[in-house]
Amino acid sequence: MNCPTDNFICNPFLYFHLAANAIFRDHLPEPLGTIIVLALTVAMVTTLIALIVMSQVWAERRIVGFMQGRLGPNRVGPAGLLQSVADAVKLLLKEIIIPTQADKIPFMLAPLLVLVPSLVVWSIIPWGPGLSVTDLNIGVLFVLGLGGIPTIGILTAGWASSNKYALLGGMRAAAQLIAYEIPLVIVVLVPVLLAGTMSLGGIVEAQSNLWFLFFLPVGPVAFLLFLVAGIAEVNRSPFDLPEAESEIVAGFHTEYSGMPFALFFLAEYANSFAVSAMTTTLFLGGWGGPILPPFIWFFLKTYAVFFVLVWIRGTLPRLRYDQLMRTAWKVALPLALVTLGVAAIELSLIRSLLG
Amino acid sequence: MGLPMELRQNVLITSVDKLVNWARGASLWPVAFGLACCAIEMMAAGTSRFDLSRFGAEVFRPSPRQADLMIVAGTVTTKMAPAVRRIYDQMAEPKYVIAMGACTIAGGPFQGSYSTVPGIDNFVPVDVHVPGCPPRPDALLWGIMKLQEKIRTQSIADQRR
Repeated sequence: MNCPTDNFICNPFLYFHLAANAIFRDHLPEPLGTIIVLALTVAMVTTLIALIVMSQVWAERRIVGFMQGRLGPNRVGPAGLLQSVADAVKLLLKEIIIPTQADKIPFMLAPLLVLVPSLVVWSIIPWGPGLSVTDLNIGVLFVLGLGGIPTIGILTAGWASSNKYALLGGMRAAAQLIAYEIPLVIVVLVPVLLAGTMSLGGIVEAQSNLWFLFFLPVGPVAFLLFLVAGIAEVNRSPFDLPEAESEIVAGFHTEYSGMPFALFFLAEYANSFAVSAMTTTLFLGGWGGPILPPFIWFFLKTYAVFFVLVWIRGTLPRLRYDQLMRTAWKVALPLALVTLGVAAIELSLIRSLLG
Repeated sequence: MGLPMELRQNVLITSVDKLVNWARGASLWPVAFGLACCAIEMMAAGTSRFDLSRFGAEVFRPSPRQADLMIVAGTVTTKMAPAVRRIYDQMAEPKYVIAMGACTIAGGPFQGSYSTVPGIDNFVPVDVHVPGCPPRPDALLWGIMKLQEKIRTQSIADQRR
C-alpha cells in the first residue's frame, strides 16, 4: 500500500505526535517540551514492547503445545490469553533473594544491563515509512553494537551470583557471542551492500522491487546465516547453552528470583522479537507489501519469522558445546565470507552490464 | 492479622487479594525434581494425554529460586531428606508443597523401614497430599486444582504477622 505519512491508517501514532506537540511543544519553553515529548514516546514504545512480549510468551507456549500434541495454557482468560499477565503479576510479587555471598550491586544491575539494550534497539526499527522513533544513518551498526552489550550483563550476572553454575553460564554466553557475532556482522553487510546504505529505512526502501531474500544466489544463504547467527546471539533454543538445565542448572540466572528474573525473561523475548524484526527489515522487505497498511505488513512478517523461531525451538534439541563452536568457526564464518564476496562480484557485474 | 477489624472487609484489600491469588494460582511453576517412581507419573502429567500446561503449570524451573511449587514425588530416604529440605529453603516466598504418593505421605510400603522418612510432614510444611501408589497423572492434576482452591482463600493481610 502506497502510504502518505499524514494518513491515520498508515501512521497510527500520528494523532499522538500531533497532540503531544500541540500540548507540550507549543506551550512550554523549548528544551522542556521536547524532553517531555521524547519521554512520552519512550514510554509508549516500552509499553508496546511489554505487550508484544506478553503476546509472544503466550503464542510460544500455545504453539509449542500444539506441536507436541498438547493444548497449552487455556484456563486463564479466553484461550489462555491472560496467562502471561498472571505470570507477570506473580513474578512481581515474589520474594527477591540476594545470596549473602553475592556481589550485591552488580547482582542487581545485571538484569538492567541485559534489558536496556534490547529496549533501545526498538528506537530505530522502522514500523512503517518514517515510522520509527529515529532513523539513524548508521542504523545497522547501532543494532550490532547494542547486540553485544547484553552479554556483558549476562557475564556480570554469572560473576556476581557467586555460584559456579551461574559463572559457567556467563562464560558460555560470552564465548558464544564472540563466535557468532563475526558471521553475523559479515552477513549483515550483504543487505548493506545491496542497498548502498546503513539506514534501516533506506534498506527497506531499496527492497520495494525485490526482497533481498530473493536476490539469487546470495539472498537465501545470507538470510539463513543471519537467522542462525541471530538465534545464537540471543541464546534461544537450540543455542541456549548459557541456560542449559541438563548441565548447569539454570545457567546465569540460577540465583535470580522474582522481578530480576522476570527482567531477564523479558529481555530474552524482546531480543528474539528484535531479531525477527531485523530479519524482516533486512531480508523480507520490512513494511513493504500490497493492500494492507505498512505497519500491519511489518507485524505480519515479524510474527511469521517469530513463528519460525518457535518452530525451530519445538523441533531441534540443544547443541553440544563443541558442535556449537564448530558450526560457528568452520561453517558459518567461511560461508558468510563467501556470500559477501559473491554478492560484491554479482553486484559489480550487474552494475557494469546495466551501465 | 495486621488489619483492624473494621477494615477487614476493605474493598481495596479484597480486590488486591483476588488479583494476587488469581495470579499465584494460575502460574504455579514447579521445581524440576523427582525422587522415585512417582516422578514418572509427574512427567506423564506434562505429556499430551494429561497436559499440565493447561493450568499454566508446565514451566518446570531447573532452579528452585524461580519456582513456586515443590512436588515431592517419590520415596524420601533419611539420606535424601536434608536435600529436599534444602531445596525447599532455597525457594522464594510464596512457596507451596505437594506431597505426591503414599511414600511422601506416610512412608508407603516402606513404612517402618530403617531408612525411610515416615512422611515429609516431618521436615517441610505440606499444602496438599495426593494419595496413590503411585497416583495417576490425573490425581496430580486434582492436587494442583486443590492447591489453587487453597491459594484462593489466602489473604495478604493474614501473611503480615
